[in-house]
Amino acid sequence: MARYAMAIDTKRCVGCSDCVAACQTENNVPVGFCRDWIVEEMHGQYPTLDLEIRSERCNHCADSPCVRSCPTGASHYEEGGFVLVTAEECIGCKACIVSCPYDARYVHPEGYVDKCTFCIHRVKEGQDPACVSVCPTHAFIFGDLEDTNSEISKVLRSRKNKTLIPEAGTKPHIFYLI
Amino acid sequence: MHEITITSGRMNHGIDPVLHAWGWEIPVYLFLGGLAAGLLFFSAYFYLKGKDKTFITAVKTAPMFVPLLLAIGLGALFLDLSHKLYFWRLYTTIRLESPMSWGAWTLLLIFPLSIFWSATFLKDVFPRWECKIPMLGRFIEWLKEQRTWMAYGLIILSAVLGMYTGILLSAFNARPFWNTSILGPLFLISGFSTGAAFILLMSKDAEERRMFSRIDMVLIAIELFLIVHLFMGFLASTEVHIEAAHLFLGGPYTAVFWTLVAGLGLIVPLLAELMELRGLHVPVQIPALLVLLGGLILRFIVVDAGQSSRWLYKFMQ
Ligand code: SF4
Ligand code: SF4
Repeated sequence: MARYAMAIDTKRCVGCSDCVAACQTENNVPVGFCRDWIVEEMHGQYPTLDLEIRSERCNHCADSPCVRSCPTGASHYEEGGFVLVTAEECIGCKACIVSCPYDARYVHPEGYVDKCTFCIHRVKEGQDPACVSVCPTHAFIFGDLEDTNSEISKVLRSRKNKTLIPEAGTKPHIFYLI
Repeated sequence: MHEITITSGRMNHGIDPVLHAWGWEIPVYLFLGGLAAGLLFFSAYFYLKGKDKTFITAVKTAPMFVPLLLAIGLGALFLDLSHKLYFWRLYTTIRLESPMSWGAWTLLLIFPLSIFWSATFLKDVFPRWECKIPMLGRFIEWLKEQRTWMAYGLIILSAVLGMYTGILLSAFNARPFWNTSILGPLFLISGFSTGAAFILLMSKDAEERRMFSRIDMVLIAIELFLIVHLFMGFLASTEVHIEAAHLFLGGPYTAVFWTLVAGLGLIVPLLAELMELRGLHVPVQIPALLVLLGGLILRFIVVDAGQSSRWLYKFMQ
């Protein structure tokens, strides 16, 4: 079985926000909301400042508190490791929103909870997620971790990488190459 | 220097700049749930102890309010849902990992049981009330014979309900201020204490009042102990938990929490009840009302503070 994940090269990302716009268009994200966003983290003291730019989104965690806390099963795992919300099962209790340490979810104006889907509709057709395809610096690598020959498996073996707040214990599946 | 900014301008409603997924509805629901749990527990417990003749308010009158309290609480929960038409989905599955789910099921059991339980006391509380429907009258007579096992059921379910109001929050590891196992017992005890205060407020019987005054004092003392424990636990834990504790130790919640919840809601009523026991006359209504208000404010503050404690973007301005 496949296990999809994303690697994002912080050395390539310039923070242009194209991935944010591409997602909004591709997924009809309601105005005023976003499923992905750009974070800039600055460390150190002038003149040795270190700037890390990251494109962030739902981490499609393997041990997701959002799935665990959902009373109806609307938040669930889809084959391939996608964490999705079935709108017709969601009651809008927002338990999943408060359970996500990454603040990756929001209430869609229509009432159900919404978030990044890893563009499952595109992935099923063999395409990359919209953010991955649009990135002008090719900072993203999307693929299957189960396949040891996939580009993502290789890059995670060869490059130093990290996940965000692994200590929250959710087994996130967005890897940042550092 | 350590600075974090979201440069793509994320402003998701209810999430940014600080999480605000839950407003007033959830604290009200938790407060009423805890209060109802307390009332049902005392009613069932003292019924089983054979005190239904002496502690009339606790055993017979107070439970009359429970179905109403639970209905308002459930109404508040319903108002909070943003996808209301799908409400029934809660009851198409049981998910034990989700406190929201087993809590909803507990309420589904305890709500009708509280109606049946109070129905058996209708005639005692309203002596002039006549049941016009013979079928219903016979049903109530039959219910009266079931009181003992109903009482056992209520004791278990009320403890579950009282705990649940805290566990609902403490199950969220993502919010450091909620992520402590103390919240379960704290909300349970606080709920029972508001229940005792509610009975104090209504009781006209001196002996009953003395009893519930004592119960309340013990519960308040336990609550204070749990609060100290809560902060000690946080301060001995990880960075995010220490920061969460600092919200109350110098941070934005310091004044409201220590004056309204700890001071007026716990210490003042405790002292007032102590003075009353020493023979000084303090109208019981005052400490009782303070305990009820303190319990309500506690839930508002805890729900709010949890949402402003976080793991990520801590250095964001
Ligand atoms: S990032 Fe949040 S919403 Fe996404 S899977 Fe993890 S816990 Fe769930
Ligand atoms: S808001 Fe919807 S998806 Fe989230 S926990 Fe509640 S029912 Fe599940």
